[in-house]
Amino acid sequence: MLQGHQSWVFENRPVIIGSAAIGGPFEAQGNLAADFDMLHDDLWLGQESYEKAEKKLLEQACETAIKKAGVKKEDIQFFMSGDLINQIISSSFTARTLGIPFLGIYGACSSSMEGLALASLMVDSRFAKLALAGTSSHNAAAEKQYRYPTEYGAQKPPTAQWTVTGAGAGVVAQLGEGPKVTAATIGRVVDMGISDPFNMGAAMAPAAVDTIEAHFRDLNVSAANYDFIATGDLGRVGHIIARDLLKKHGMDIPKEKLTDCGMLIYKDTQPVWSGGSGCACAATTTYGHFLNRMRKGELKKILVVATGALLSPMSYQQKETIPCVAHAVSIEM
Amino acid sequence: MSSKKRKKLTPTQQQYQDFAHAREPQRPIINNCIRAFLVGGIICTIGQGLMWFFMTYFNFDEKTAGNPTVAVLIFISILFTSLGFYDHIAQWAGAGTAVPVTGFANTIASAALEHKSEGYVLGVGGNMFKLAGPVIVYGVFSAFVVAIVKVIIDMLGGL
Repeated sequence: MLQGHQSWVFENRPVIIGSAAIGGPFEAQGNLAADFDMLHDDLWLGQESYEKAEKKLLEQACETAIKKAGVKKEDIQFFMSGDLINQIISSSFTARTLGIPFLGIYGACSSSMEGLALASLMVDSRFAKLALAGTSSHNAAAEKQYRYPTEYGAQKPPTAQWTVTGAGAGVVAQLGEGPKVTAATIGRVVDMGISDPFNMGAAMAPAAVDTIEAHFRDLNVSAANYDFIATGDLGRVGHIIARDLLKKHGMDIPKEKLTDCGMLIYKDTQPVWSGGSGCACAATTTYGHFLNRMRKGELKKILVVATGALLSPMSYQQKETIPCVAHAVSIEM
Repeated sequence: MSSKKRKKLTPTQQQYQDFAHAREPQRPIINNCIRAFLVGGIICTIGQGLMWFFMTYFNFDEKTAGNPTVAVLIFISILFTSLGFYDHIAQWAGAGTAVPVTGFANTIASAALEHKSEGYVLGVGGNMFKLAGPVIVYGVFSAFVVAIVKVIIDMLGGL
């Protein structure tokens, strides 16, 4: 049901009955390695190209999530997925493998929560019994898509981020055991005039703040209602900006209640500059780490605000600024 | 950010730029310069060593020894690129590895490696000069302009 201006409250409380996170070699050395269902030591995954490797990651995430949910893929009505590769091929090619009716979505790195919100909407409204949401990103494929060749020696500034190699997926059902999706807030596209593609954190922070503000307003809640609020991939730089921006807007969220998937996923010793990014950053952290902690009873209620930078390699060469979006999903155990 | 770019932004956007800028870590420019100086210097010293080597042990003079020297440096750069650690050195060294001929070799080799998955003709062939292309285009163009200036000066009686 619509509540407020841009939020959905899921009265039937759709359940995430199975979820999976798959990671690459760099994620295996990270902070959350134990929460991944599968970790690959080869960036290529034995494939001929990075794009094929990314598709493989997403396939494995979907298959593992379905298996963990204890359902058959034939029982799932709809699959929603998005990624960063041109024409979202990782998602559509995975849909070809799965054979589940498919809706391709694109919200850049916010695709994880965009997919989960839409899957929950379908299930909550009884337009689906089971829906699958997934997303993926691959470090080298994203570098190739957005920046320079992987082996090109360009020096990155301290505001740059490291794209997560991985994929996450979740099966949403009407009934069952597991964390429940209770509400979602769809974000506006916000552009505060940042045009540096090596400074995504600063570009996306206002979008995250806008969505958090809208969520609090629409649902008449505050940070006190949540164990924590996790933004998708603002990194250390964007996190500080978001925190101060929230304070400026009169929402002083305590330090321990505001975190960021891009800061959680890697160790401080890993050379990732400002932190992790990419669709898989919020996806693997949520579908792996957060949901695992919820199932263990460590967390009761969280808000995941996945942030996405909606630029293209062409748009920034044409000197366009970077429009950003953030979608929030509230998950309760 | 340049003032021209800034003018296009709304006051709220400009205000945010300052707000964000105050919270962003800056590029360590002095540190980067020192590293670039060190690594660039080391590469050039190796080049000089190679030149002496070719002049001492082979039949090269100061003018002709440049070619085999550059060839060896390019070979080393491409080898490091394909073994996957040139980019790590470059992240540390910055302009130190980008400015000498090694950087140029790296742009071509990295693009060729990257696009091998799209085949040898459209992939490797079509993308190899993706990064090096602008250097060649504007290098040749600048040389042309300088040559014309020189010709004009000579025609006017020279300096």
